[in-house]
Amino acid sequence: MKVEISKGIEELKFALLSPDEIRRMSAVKVITPDTYDDDGYPIEKGLMDPSMGVIEPGLKCKTCGGKVDQCPGHFGHIELAMPVVHIGFIKEIYSILSSTCSNCGRIKLADDKLKEYFQRIKDTADRLSDIEYDDIVSEVESEASDVVICPHCHFENQKVALDKPTTFREEGKKLTPKEIRERFEKIPNEDLPLIGLDPKVARPEWMVLTVFPVPPVNVRPTITLETGERSEDDLTHKLVDVIRINQRLRENRDQGSPQLIIEDLWDLLQYHITTYFDNQTPGTPPARHRSGRSLKTLVQRLKGKEGRFRSNLSGKRVNFSARTVISPEPFLSINQVGVPEKAARELTVTETVTEHNFEKLKELIKNGPGKEEDVYKPGVNYVYRTDGSRIKISDKNAAEVAEKMEIGWQVERQMENGDIVLFNRQPSLHRMSMMAHEVRVLPYRTFRFNLAVCAPYNADFDGDEMNLHVLQSQEARAEAEILMKVQENFLSPRFGGPIMGAIHDHITALFMLTYKNPLIPLDAGLHIMSYIDVGKTPETVEVDGKKYFRGRDIFSMILPEGVNLEFKGKLGDKSLDPNGTEGTIKIENGKLINGAIDENAIGQSKGVLLDYVLRKYGNAEGAKFLDNLTRLAAGVISFTGFSTGIDDEDVPGEAKAQLREVGNEAVQKVEKLIENYKNGLIGMEPGKTLEDTLESMVMKALSQAREKSSEIASHYLGMDNSTVIMARSGARANMMNLAQMAGIIGQQSIRGQRQHRGYTNRTLPHFQKGDIGAYARGFVSSSYKEGLNPTEYFFHATGGREGLVDIAVRTSRSGYMQRRLINALEDLKVSDEGKVLDTEDSIIQLEYGEDGTDPSRSFEGESVDIDYLIKEMFGKKYGGKQ
Amino acid sequence: MAKYNILMHEMVPEHWLVPVKEEEKILKTLGVTKGQLPKIRKSDPVIKALEKVEGEIVPGRMIEIVRKSRTRGIAKIYRTVIGE
Repeated sequence: MKVEISKGIEELKFALLSPDEIRRMSAVKVITPDTYDDDGYPIEKGLMDPSMGVIEPGLKCKTCGGKVDQCPGHFGHIELAMPVVHIGFIKEIYSILSSTCSNCGRIKLADDKLKEYFQRIKDTADRLSDIEYDDIVSEVESEASDVVICPHCHFENQKVALDKPTTFREEGKKLTPKEIRERFEKIPNEDLPLIGLDPKVARPEWMVLTVFPVPPVNVRPTITLETGERSEDDLTHKLVDVIRINQRLRENRDQGSPQLIIEDLWDLLQYHITTYFDNQTPGTPPARHRSGRSLKTLVQRLKGKEGRFRSNLSGKRVNFSARTVISPEPFLSINQVGVPEKAARELTVTETVTEHNFEKLKELIKNGPGKEEDVYKPGVNYVYRTDGSRIKISDKNAAEVAEKMEIGWQVERQMENGDIVLFNRQPSLHRMSMMAHEVRVLPYRTFRFNLAVCAPYNADFDGDEMNLHVLQSQEARAEAEILMKVQENFLSPRFGGPIMGAIHDHITALFMLTYKNPLIPLDAGLHIMSYIDVGKTPETVEVDGKKYFRGRDIFSMILPEGVNLEFKGKLGDKSLDPNGTEGTIKIENGKLINGAIDENAIGQSKGVLLDYVLRKYGNAEGAKFLDNLTRLAAGVISFTGFSTGIDDEDVPGEAKAQLREVGNEAVQKVEKLIENYKNGLIGMEPGKTLEDTLESMVMKALSQAREKSSEIASHYLGMDNSTVIMARSGARANMMNLAQMAGIIGQQSIRGQRQHRGYTNRTLPHFQKGDIGAYARGFVSSSYKEGLNPTEYFFHATGGREGLVDIAVRTSRSGYMQRRLINALEDLKVSDEGKVLDTEDSIIQLEYGEDGTDPSRSFEGESVDIDYLIKEMFGKKYGGKQ
Repeated sequence: MAKYNILMHEMVPEHWLVPVKEEEKILKTLGVTKGQLPKIRKSDPVIKALEKVEGEIVPGRMIEIVRKSRTRGIAKIYRTVIGE
């Protein structure tokens, strides 16, 4: 496609509006602070004068005669009784006041100096960047503002001070805007380039307003509520204030009122005009609405996240998109997304009628738009004829339009299975936050997807919502399918390993299916296998005349052919298996020979088996493996059933006694340590004070207690325990969590230290002053199952809160950090030769990443997996690390 | 404290002054112009240290930086010296 640019922007130049120009572009001189009369008609010469444009349909603009959609709006103006400074130019006014002479208006630098600067601008004119020019201007300013005696007229200048926000003082005496304006008028045009102004388009005195532009009504439309009540825009409210005070000021001035009153009104006018521009000026109380909410004036419209730039220009609302709650569906492939029928009827793909899709589209039109209560059958909502006219399809005209359809028409057909869509969850922190899925239209009202895809989106189902975007062009669909499909994003560029994988129950289920290779009764086995694509069922074994499948044989069915792999599982050497072999997972020729499948085999971001399948057989096979895996897991766990409860942490009486003993011992040990400390028997450790030494010894003693309790708990809770199965297989939790439930919770810390803050010399009034023993400093010897005593509970809560605060602080900080990073890097690109370039074609990196390695195609950050290659090429004899 | 040669520090990659004769050849193999290369200031401590060995380095000269890379072994980067 050839893109033609009709107009290119070469240069942007900012200028000031002169009072003359404001009057010239004005369609009306606004003099009345009122908007509408009692009949609802705009008042002539009021703020809603129809000369400034129209907002009501049907009416015509008095200036251009255009209707609502034709008239661009026209400015009006207000003649100010007294001049007022423009808040946006305060800094400039200040610097011009200090660098020019108040008597003759020249820059307070000798002629030869000025010449020198002009020469510098001239010399570099061809390659002068804005930044360099700004540098020269600020140099002139800082040099000239220190000069007291003007080199031109020898007048002794006084120091000007800025009294924020808008008052200037000279030796304590107030400078009125009028005086400022008079001074600026004296500055000769020739000097202006050195204070950063182009005399062709800007004069400094224009920074002090004498005429005030009134924006067109389209900029500040009146809103009519359903009740018929009218409500004006914030800007209009502010303009009313300006006109009112302006009027009073003029009357008082003309009547010759006392100077004091005039000055007060003048300041008030300054205030209103300041807040009209920026209602968050430091040092100025924000102008408020009657309800107490502060007004949204010009600067507020543009600035910040909700401002025009970030909210309306950089970010826009889009068509062909949907948002709803998400829920899991293990029977969908990882590449699919379930779309509710209701959404599918609204979301459309625009197709142009050609001879190839003629019959198909004709049928679709005949289907009509469909009814919500009917079974979903993709239809058509609208068609566009070649002349661009739109026809809405209804049940009535469906057949008729279908017959009339011609090649070249555009048909907005509803979504059908297999359409490619983009699916996204905010915050979109990495590229896997938006991936392409294949549509499956499903009943009910949620988006659904395979659980393995939770990880890249960081989604769960506690009410999360996600967005879906329908692709509208063939190119977009192709690109999305090649680059963005879920299966193409298996390997994360973050660490060069699979980011998706089995989670929670998938791991539990397959662990139970393979741990110690259980015998599965024939009927159960067949039921489980019915969840997956069954080729040939495995061989059965006969025990006591009954037929059984072996668990590992069932698992082997989902393995691709020819997998040869040996690696350590989570059970490793610590296996609870007497022979200690369950931790070694061995797969030969696509058959699981030994070992229990666990997190290390199939888990997200660490599954060795999953990683192997992906790299050896490719993404499509990897996706198939994961699809089958999730289905098989669902089959196993829904047949066997799996549950956990607090009674999983029941330990026998003797274990309880042992645990209590461990807790008491630890507390006594701490007491002993403190006693030694008090008797001066503890020596200082290097780099620590005596107190620090004691603290670290105490912490060590207490953490040993928890470890010991963990050992006891592990000893008494075996592999027949659901919680242990989950912890050992890596599905969820770990043995420490278990020990905390069954044995001892342990020390509660804040910033890595024992709890020490609170009252004078003690943490809580429950303890003696000066007590630094285990319990007084946040040691919890109870278990979650037993329950905590009040002081323990308090310490546990304070420790827990630290975690929450940490998370809140971290997310906001990292969010802002990421925003800055993105803005800094957004327009870098990798060229065809692999160089990283910016928009000026300057080199950022000569080779991407200085090694040319795509991290998402790397092996855990290394360019190639040498061990794997050696093993594949020379056989097992030279086998790599595994 | 005795003056330390920062080029000897293990965290500072090797910096070499590219002979003027070779500049064109290198630029040609890289397929870039001198202006496109990243810049290094003449006032950069590394350039000052290099000047003790090579004599004055005028703006416009090229510097070769050799970095160690886990994946690549060594990575050669080039920079153009600019004023200040």
